[in-house]
Amino acid sequence: MKRTVYAWLLLGLMSFVFLPWHMTRDGFTSFQWLNDGSPSSGLFMVLEASNWWLIPTGLAFVASLLVQFFVAAPVARAKITLAIAVMGLFATVLQGLVIVVNGPRAFTGLLSGEIVQAGQQSMGIGAAVCLISLLFAFSVSLSQSGKGQGDAFVTSTIALIISLVAVFVFFPVMHILIRAFEVDGSLSLIGFFPRFFSSEIWGLNCLIGAGSCGPAINSLILATMTGAGTTALGLSFALIFTRTDFKAKKLLRILTVLPIITPPFVIGLALILLFGRTGAVTEFFAEMFGMEKTRWLYGFWGVYFAQMLSFTPIAFLVLIGVVQGVSPSVEEASQTLDADRWQTFRYVSLPLMRPGIANAFLLGFIESIADFGNPLVLGGNFSVLSTDIFFAIVGAVASPTKAAVLAVALLTLTLSAFMLQRMWLGKKSYATITGKADSGQNAGLNPVLRFICYATALPWAALTLVVYSMIIFGSFVKLWGYNHSFTLDHYIRAFGFDFSRWRFTGVAWDSYFTTLSIATIAAPLTAIIGLATAYLLVRQKFWGKEAFEFSTMLSFAVPGTVIGVSYIMAFNFAPIELTGTSIILIIVFVFRNMPVGVRGGIAAMSQLDKSLDEASITLGANSFTTVRRVILPLMGPAIMAALTYSFVRAITAVSAVIFLVSARHNMATSFIVGRVENGEFGIAIAYSAVLIITMLTAILILQGLIGVRRLRRTDRVQPSA
Amino acid sequence: MKKISAISALALVSATGAFADDLNVVCSTEQAWCDMMVSAFEEKHPDIDVQMVRKSTGETLAQVRAEAGNPKIDVWWGGTGDPHLVAAEEGLSQPSGVSTDGLLDWAKNMSDISDKKTVGIYAGALAIAYNADVLEEKNIAPPACWSDLEDERFKGEIQVANPNSSGTAYTELATFVQLFGEDEAFVKLASIGENVNSYTKSGSAPSKAAARGETGVSIGFMHDMVKLATQGFPLIPVAPCEGTGYEVGAVSIINGARNFDGAKKWVEFALSADIQSRSPEVGVFAVPSNASAKVAPQSPDLETIKLIDYDFATYGSSATRGRLLERWDAEVGSKAN
Repeated sequence: MKRTVYAWLLLGLMSFVFLPWHMTRDGFTSFQWLNDGSPSSGLFMVLEASNWWLIPTGLAFVASLLVQFFVAAPVARAKITLAIAVMGLFATVLQGLVIVVNGPRAFTGLLSGEIVQAGQQSMGIGAAVCLISLLFAFSVSLSQSGKGQGDAFVTSTIALIISLVAVFVFFPVMHILIRAFEVDGSLSLIGFFPRFFSSEIWGLNCLIGAGSCGPAINSLILATMTGAGTTALGLSFALIFTRTDFKAKKLLRILTVLPIITPPFVIGLALILLFGRTGAVTEFFAEMFGMEKTRWLYGFWGVYFAQMLSFTPIAFLVLIGVVQGVSPSVEEASQTLDADRWQTFRYVSLPLMRPGIANAFLLGFIESIADFGNPLVLGGNFSVLSTDIFFAIVGAVASPTKAAVLAVALLTLTLSAFMLQRMWLGKKSYATITGKADSGQNAGLNPVLRFICYATALPWAALTLVVYSMIIFGSFVKLWGYNHSFTLDHYIRAFGFDFSRWRFTGVAWDSYFTTLSIATIAAPLTAIIGLATAYLLVRQKFWGKEAFEFSTMLSFAVPGTVIGVSYIMAFNFAPIELTGTSIILIIVFVFRNMPVGVRGGIAAMSQLDKSLDEASITLGANSFTTVRRVILPLMGPAIMAALTYSFVRAITAVSAVIFLVSARHNMATSFIVGRVENGEFGIAIAYSAVLIITMLTAILILQGLIGVRRLRRTDRVQPSA
Repeated sequence: MKKISAISALALVSATGAFADDLNVVCSTEQAWCDMMVSAFEEKHPDIDVQMVRKSTGETLAQVRAEAGNPKIDVWWGGTGDPHLVAAEEGLSQPSGVSTDGLLDWAKNMSDISDKKTVGIYAGALAIAYNADVLEEKNIAPPACWSDLEDERFKGEIQVANPNSSGTAYTELATFVQLFGEDEAFVKLASIGENVNSYTKSGSAPSKAAARGETGVSIGFMHDMVKLATQGFPLIPVAPCEGTGYEVGAVSIINGARNFDGAKKWVEFALSADIQSRSPEVGVFAVPSNASAKVAPQSPDLETIKLIDYDFATYGSSATRGRLLERWDAEVGSKAN
């Protein structure tokens, strides 16, 4: 353990002496400084540019290294190192916030002097390595000083995740949320309450049939119904997969994945072409039965319909792992005790699926509340929080205050859903994967239940199939909905390739490559951070765990528009300047999608019996080895879900990305949205079709790589005799 | 712009931000027009590497606001003039110093009321459009005037954007006020509101819905309607008989631009007759601001449309805007179901 601290401190000191402290004009990771011979390390800045405020950082490393050499008592040594590291971190962060070349300056007037006022550029690679070294020196020392269970791996992971969430979620989001409390330039709680409890937000008029409700109430009703609906459908699918001998499982599996890999707006557009006033289905019914062609699709029901199509797969992804995990032995026990299949399902299997159901509902609820594309296309006069927030920021009358207040309303709803979910789950144990042998035969469903599952899931699947045939069809016709003569023009314009000159000539290639590379980098990072967080939440006990759990959900619950604008406000200026780079896109994806990894991880991990960990630890493994050799192999579906979801979301996310894309790093969705705005549906849909196929291929490859979790020798369903 | 290498994946990972010798352009018009401008500009100024991204005006204004003090954008080209005027008012843009000689009056006017911070590059008239198929099927006579829209025959057939979120709809509101006087305007808007099926968030949505027959009649900018019609939709634009207002698309240099010289060259280029004559090539039928630029035959002829003398200074100011929108909410918006 002493060696670990020693290594981190040495690394920090080296980077303080050798690596450039500030960001260079050419960028964060440019290695230009190696060649041009002008050192700009922290030490150099202190000596040559009189940046005296960097001295504490350097001193912290030197002092704590000396402590390692000269203090022999382990606990005392750890405690002193801990104190020095905390001071070093504090001093480094403070100087970064106070002394900046432009942009907002924290604690103005705290320090004065000419060099301070001139400011400094953003932090570079040197500063980053120094901060990380100090952080780990801190966490490792903390684990040795008698707190944090003495496990350096666990303490360091907690410290790292908290720091990352603080820097990349709280720090930016504060920039906007604070506006909700701002009255004439100063902060005030009194100003906030009347704004927040305004009937414009929470109006209940629609319930008494007198006009429309406020956007918050609309969002709440919509999200509750979507959460419940998608969870029920997702459960139906999961049950069909695991508890029936349904023949076309493979096809069904692909259908359940399709909606998540669909770029925004596309489902809405397809629904308009099917069920809009001049849609194919509407025309058919008008012709056959003389039904009046109406605009029912535009409003609550249209948005709900589109969300059910879009978000059921997320519920399914969370539930499938959990439903598979329910051990057959408890079901056998139930049947041995003379329960019939319905009783077994109702009183044994279903309660054990609670973590999955609760997490699926929460995800569906949050997704629905944050959904922006569907309400925009199909909302009509039905206004929800996410679109209202978007237009409070980019509309004809931009009002950051209104956006902030609405965002707080949205967060309140999410927080309440989160609390309710916690209460419902309670403190029961849902562990069913215990490592003990069982027959591997899950109880089949009773006939009524099986019929209900088929009756709900199969029409949904059929509708999905129709919607996607429409999309593929739309990309091959001249003018979707009007001129249905066959053409390849859209594909050629978007993805043309000149074989004679060996050049990509299509207009979409640029953003296509950017999107794929950014998604490929972001997905594994998201999965690692998400699952690590889930591990901490399920398996470790530490102070402030509930707050920590909610804070990891925050970035997901904050609407994308708010995230996008707050990222510009926070990361366009020193100390962290990332706008216009690809890093900011990767970061926004990682922290926005990590909650899915967390939720899926929690659901899967709460089924793993703790005795498995304990057995591993008893046999002499440390917690890192336990995670790697015992927990990870049992987490296949959760890893798969996290990877798939984050990869796909990085490709299909829209509202946050609009603000963060730049000419060098443009993304597919911003390209598609631009085309849709201009009414060029053909090329937008052709691009979407290519993206869907790309993602489908990627998912199949992932599935091949990760493989199927082997819980028992055979995964059979009890014959339904 | 089009340099794409197979190793682009590698290059993308490098976290390079803006280079000083690049020109960073945000384009708020149609993608095809943006692309044409960039390649034509790079042809003329081979030493300047243009980095262009397309974002809508609202998104661009929000970004420019958030980046104030350390902007990553040099020049903002295209998009309706109101947000450009707001940026000028808030000190987010700076005078380009490019001469406005040879431009039409409305373009010069834009420059005058913004302290030379933004210049007009094209204009588009506000108009009504109807879907010929839908109206024929329902046996509804097409509209010719704003006041026709108050008629009961259009019940549930009209779609228009919400002025709180859409600049297009705000232009419509301001046009009504200037045409009919404020009180009369709100009476008219409220009675048209009886026929409106929904107030969309986005300004371009109503005409797209009308093109597909999801609504019978829409209000929007005429050049967008012409474009939809040339794509093959049965959409017919109508210049209202009472007269109509218009938008002016603008170009601004962002305050604190890293490459001011390049940005100035871009503005000069964008105002030249040569490049303005080429916009019909990419299906853009707005009216160019340079008096000597050629106008496409499909372009709505502003000479034959009765254009009002739109007062951008008054109706672009935040005070008037706030007051009119409040009144709109109370007298028109609140009655929407």
